[in-house]
Amino acid sequence: MMDNTQLQQTIGRLIPRAVFNQNTQFVEVVIPADGLHQTAQLLKENPETKFDFLFNLTGVDSKNELRMVYHLRSTLLKHTLVVKVVTTDRQNPEFASVSDIWPAANPFEREAYDLLGIRFTNHPDLRRLFLEEDFQGFPLRKDFVDPINIVEK
Amino acid sequence: MVEKSEVILGENEHLRINMGPQHPSTHGVLRFELDLRGEIVDQVIPHCGYIHRGIEKMSEANTYQQIIHLTDRMDYLSAHQNNEAMSLLVEKALGIEVPERVKVIRTILSELSRLQSHELWWAAFGMDLGALTTFFYGLRDRERILDIFEESFGSRLLHSYICPGGLMNDVHPNFKSRIKEFIPYFRKKLPEYDQLLTGNIIFMERSKNIGLLTREEAIAFGITGPSGRGSGFSCDVRKHEPYSAYDRVDFKEILYTEGDTYARYRVRIDEMWESLRILEQLVDQIPDGDYTVKMKPIIKLPEGEYYQRVETARGELGVYVVSTGDKYPERIHFRTPNFSNLFVIDKLARGHKIADLVAISGSLDLVIPDIDR
Repeated sequence: MMDNTQLQQTIGRLIPRAVFNQNTQFVEVVIPADGLHQTAQLLKENPETKFDFLFNLTGVDSKNELRMVYHLRSTLLKHTLVVKVVTTDRQNPEFASVSDIWPAANPFEREAYDLLGIRFTNHPDLRRLFLEEDFQGFPLRKDFVDPINIVEK
Repeated sequence: MVEKSEVILGENEHLRINMGPQHPSTHGVLRFELDLRGEIVDQVIPHCGYIHRGIEKMSEANTYQQIIHLTDRMDYLSAHQNNEAMSLLVEKALGIEVPERVKVIRTILSELSRLQSHELWWAAFGMDLGALTTFFYGLRDRERILDIFEESFGSRLLHSYICPGGLMNDVHPNFKSRIKEFIPYFRKKLPEYDQLLTGNIIFMERSKNIGLLTREEAIAFGITGPSGRGSGFSCDVRKHEPYSAYDRVDFKEILYTEGDTYARYRVRIDEMWESLRILEQLVDQIPDGDYTVKMKPIIKLPEGEYYQRVETARGELGVYVVSTGDKYPERIHFRTPNFSNLFVIDKLARGHKIADLVAISGSLDLVIPDIDR
């Protein structure tokens, strides 16, 4: 089992374009969105990383950017990694789907599409999950205005 | 063995029907769209959202103490564990160490919650398969635990009792003696569960080799909790990342490798025995002391991202919080166990009959508000 510094070195060697975030709970890495699918494949299949268990996947809107956060764990090597991809395109945010690599991602990506309006290319069944098909807008966006049932701070 | 007929009635008739959202066997408002060939299930498409309340959106306008009350409403049968997950996250972010008394009481409450949840599951699971007696047996024993809850917290289902910093108030003076009465009582009653269902030939025919899930598939689909452990996936958070008082109690992680409905059933029955063992070890060890640490009325988490997981009765509950240093979270996401567990049902039910779909969804122990949030 690798500790966090060793894991960081391994990831840095395998993904040269990765940027590490400091002082985080897990090893956290931001990767370019265009290499997401390839990197995910690598992280799952490389014998040094073997991240086979995607235990959490969610989208975050922080006003000027949208990002997806992938929480990965290896059930064999017992280490955890957080992968992030970022986009500033609020009109048409789009990432590659990883549901072919981790089937667990399928409902999580549908949820992110439903509530945050992020599209996933090559997703087998990208429909709204909780809200009705004719619902307008994406409620978890920070600029979402709900005239009927306002959640006010 | 019933002799298997070669002719499948209605084999060439394709049907697309809805099961739910008011079907009794879904235990809540969940709709399955079924693609059928006669009585054989070709595809299951789950439709959720009937009880979506937008807890994540609501939480963005609530303080951390207020969010505790929303977490109850996700998996209402694991209310204590849901409260605990949120509380542990706040305590971790602020660097607060809670008193020993709090840790032990939280662990006892988690195990009592697990017991009453598994009892209700057993009761309803038997009824799904046509054994009505189980429902009365299960609820009879569950009432005992709910009475303990009611005496201390004033509520039987949604407690909101575990809060950041400790507990809302101290437990009732009878708390300890009531648990000490309950343990020998339930130790006598639990073998009845086995006599009634576990060794029952009709039940075994209905559950063995139904809904097979391999270990690799369980990991790939993110199936945790008893459903994952029935496939041999070691995923017990209490063992792998002990929290509260789990590091000082002796218990086994129950693993079965068959991966069928019967294995998932056996895991939960064995977990009830383990829960009783944990309770026995802790009930005499409740230290004296404060039931909470002094917390500021408004909690502001330092800027950053936090993740906390606990083991509920149905699997791994993860709370993910992004904080900007404000009193409200910037984003909160609950990785609920049932959400992941539900979407494997298509894989499990394909090729089985509709009656087996009921057994499979029962063995996954779904709680619908936990999926929809």
